[in-house]
Amino acid sequence: MSDELIWRIAGGSGDGIDSTSQNFAKALMRSGLDVFTHRHYPSRIRGGHTYVEIRAADHEVQSRGDGYNFLLSLGDSFARNPQEDAYYGNEEVKPLSENLDDLREGGIIVYDEGLISEEDVEAIDLHERAEENDWHVFPMDLRSLAREHGREVMRNTAGVGVTAALLEMDLEHIEDLMSDAMGGDVLEANLEILHEAYETINEEYEFEHELRAPTGSHETEQALLSGSNAIAYGAIDAGCRFIAGYPMTPWTDVFTILAQNFPDMGGVSEQVEDEIAAAALALGASHAGAKAMSGSSGGGFALMSEPLGLAEMTETPLVLVESMRAGPSTGMPTKPEQGDLEFVLYTSQGDSSRVVFAPGNIEEAYEQTRLAFEIAWDYQIPSIIIYDQKLSGENKNVDVEFFDREPEPDLGATLTEDELAEAAHDASGKFKRFNYADAENNVAPRSLPGQKGGRYLATGNEHSPVGHISEDPDNRVAQMTRRIEKLDSIREDLDEEHESNQTYFGDETAEYGIITWGSSQGAVREAVERLNENGHSVKGIGVSDMMPFPETEVTEFLQSVDEAMVVEMNATAQFRGLIQKELGRFGEKMTSLLKYNGNPFEPAEIVEGYEVNLADEDREPTAQVRIEPAAGD
Amino acid sequence: MSAFNAIGEEREIDRDEFTPGVEPQPTWCPGCGDFGVLKSLKQALPEVGKTPEEVLTVTGIGCSGKLNSYLDTYGFHTIHGRSLPVARAAKLANTDLEVIAAGGDGDGYGIGGNHFIHTARENHDMTYIVFNNEIFGLTKGQTSPTSPKGHKSKTQPSGSAKTPLRPLSLSLTAGASYVARTAAVNPNQAKEIIAEAIEHDGFAHVDFLTQCPTWNKDARQYVPYIDIQESDDYDHDVTDRREAAEMMHETEDVLNEGTVLTGRYYVDEDRPSYQAEKSAVGELPDQPLAERYFDDDAEWERSYDLLERHT
Repeated sequence: MSDELIWRIAGGSGDGIDSTSQNFAKALMRSGLDVFTHRHYPSRIRGGHTYVEIRAADHEVQSRGDGYNFLLSLGDSFARNPQEDAYYGNEEVKPLSENLDDLREGGIIVYDEGLISEEDVEAIDLHERAEENDWHVFPMDLRSLAREHGREVMRNTAGVGVTAALLEMDLEHIEDLMSDAMGGDVLEANLEILHEAYETINEEYEFEHELRAPTGSHETEQALLSGSNAIAYGAIDAGCRFIAGYPMTPWTDVFTILAQNFPDMGGVSEQVEDEIAAAALALGASHAGAKAMSGSSGGGFALMSEPLGLAEMTETPLVLVESMRAGPSTGMPTKPEQGDLEFVLYTSQGDSSRVVFAPGNIEEAYEQTRLAFEIAWDYQIPSIIIYDQKLSGENKNVDVEFFDREPEPDLGATLTEDELAEAAHDASGKFKRFNYADAENNVAPRSLPGQKGGRYLATGNEHSPVGHISEDPDNRVAQMTRRIEKLDSIREDLDEEHESNQTYFGDETAEYGIITWGSSQGAVREAVERLNENGHSVKGIGVSDMMPFPETEVTEFLQSVDEAMVVEMNATAQFRGLIQKELGRFGEKMTSLLKYNGNPFEPAEIVEGYEVNLADEDREPTAQVRIEPAAGD
Repeated sequence: MSAFNAIGEEREIDRDEFTPGVEPQPTWCPGCGDFGVLKSLKQALPEVGKTPEEVLTVTGIGCSGKLNSYLDTYGFHTIHGRSLPVARAAKLANTDLEVIAAGGDGDGYGIGGNHFIHTARENHDMTYIVFNNEIFGLTKGQTSPTSPKGHKSKTQPSGSAKTPLRPLSLSLTAGASYVARTAAVNPNQAKEIIAEAIEHDGFAHVDFLTQCPTWNKDARQYVPYIDIQESDDYDHDVTDRREAAEMMHETEDVLNEGTVLTGRYYVDEDRPSYQAEKSAVGELPDQPLAERYFDDDAEWERSYDLLERHT
């Protein structure tokens, strides 16, 4: 019995790699396994090298894992540069050649003979390498098989059939999912292809490989969904019914999910001319009484800095999501990085503040999105959910019951007309909304346009209690102090009224700690588990509160260890910088492990980083990571 | 019971209700054309039966942006060039609100130009008043998108090499269903046009010529205006797009040379507003979205019900 399967399906963009893998991942989940998917794709519509990895095991999986053990290489059917010296190289074979470095010893390779020629295979020394690494290679003419019974694009189905046969999997779940997704002739053709591929492999080959699909069972029903799904669903359950946006990878996922669901829910979605407009629309809708959100990736978020500051100054609730990809500028559009932390924390002029959550996994993405809405509407401050292309696109199974909870369409600190009748007004009848003298919790409850007795002016200029532009020094100090101190009230609220957003793992008594934030949490968690299994003593913390910062929790963690390693996906150790800025110390205790090559951490890289760092060896880790020494080292 | 009782309230409305009883007093210069916009709005709003609390005025930045400080309605004074996206979302969130956006020529036609084009294109049901004084006022007299070619300022000391923008033609081309130009020196017409624009169901763009006695003393804004609706020389059909375009060209060609035409240039009562179009395709709820948050009987769908596709 194999401990885990990490199946990688590779092809060209547009070859249906994503949809095929989604279904196969679901089939594995339905068979009782825990699954985790990782998607790698280039910034182009058709062709190029793209793959999806599905990790499946009989125990919980937190990350993509290390390397993989099964390659289904379909070839790039959109390859456009077959000549040898073309810039992109020979693309047809890329889905095979590009993946070999990560394939584990003893792994399986299935490639499509219909698309990848024997010549190509020889050119990349596949047979020699297979022998060296004990790989089991199965060439199959998947394309012809698909053509014979249906259409060429159905070679994906053939590939899944071959996979199932080689792993001795039951076809039941795969067939069910196919029936759900299609019907008529298309379904029939696909089923024929599936079975023929399955049988051909069984008949024509002897299996010498040891890899088989793991078996497991779930006690409760599971759902397979991505971080983007979780954020969108968190927003729905928080009562969000207005979204405005402009397309930009990877934020587009959340935008699309909400845009597709809102019409049936009485919600409103708007695709607009640019990101300044998008955030301004969300702000306008919020001002008028809807729970609204907008979002983008770094480049688009840059344009949102104006409406963001306006939301803060007018104390209008607003939720923005920022899905990071590698920067600066347009950077690497389809590759993850955690490089926008400082940007998101400090965007906008003046002494500006906002709430920033960085969820570390699918469940946290859902929880913290709900929380972002709650805090934004209770405290009338912009909340930002910062995540990345990795969390956005990865799928993981979650217990369905996790989502079974009531929606919260509560508008927070918003007065009713009866309450407005009792509230303070000035001589002209204007509602003293920003009346700092009356403020509890530093919040100035608001009225909505159209309510009786609620007239006031919202302005991005400094303003008096009714909203008139004011440069009076006393008023300025009172308003500014109240706005800034909202963060203290929120920190207290988060500490006392809510469960911690920080995730702890590993050996509580350990004297070595690993600190991480956002989506790197899963890989760190697995690395910590592995280190502890190997006789080390390590503990970890995944931090989600970026602003206000969980001062007490991080201080306690750092005080409890002799040394700590901060793991993050950027080149300038931004999160470590934040810890030092917020706590004013611990610089000498913290080493950084950084990765910024466009691929997320694998647990083994963190394990190696720990070993290199702890052993104080005078060498760099072998993987594409960098160690940034502690302050003073 | 509605959560927004001020909306649609039927009662006699006093013009003074729109004037703040206490501070602030306008900070505009003596003789500023902005007073004309303020006055026409104060006259038009009670005339069309709007209560101060059902009106949301959304402004940009500059002298024009201070409009809603001196007009007693719900107000949102936003940022340079961004009044339109804020305003149109407020209308989408609560379609019962009367939404009026306002800004200056630098604010609305310069930095906010992109939003202007798209708001007109989509024909949002709202009024947009642009205080056009052909100059940046509050930043002390720089050349604006509507300043005439050759206009000298501290930022273009040798005279602007740029042809001025044509706001009426631009708006018509982009898709506005009501386009008019009026002027502060023509208060009767201004009031009528503003009232008509507010009542218009669609994007009503009013290019409001406002003199700037401090920074633009030489401008032609002092030239007496010809009201195209009242002059026998201009018998054009306001519902005809081509005729409207021609009239616009006529005035935009010579605006800075002496002849200034004002009045309604284009009125399309047949084109449905964006709200109506969006509603027709099922993307805008019948009940104003904002109302729903106060509706105890509202049913809030849960994401849990969407999970089937993930299992």
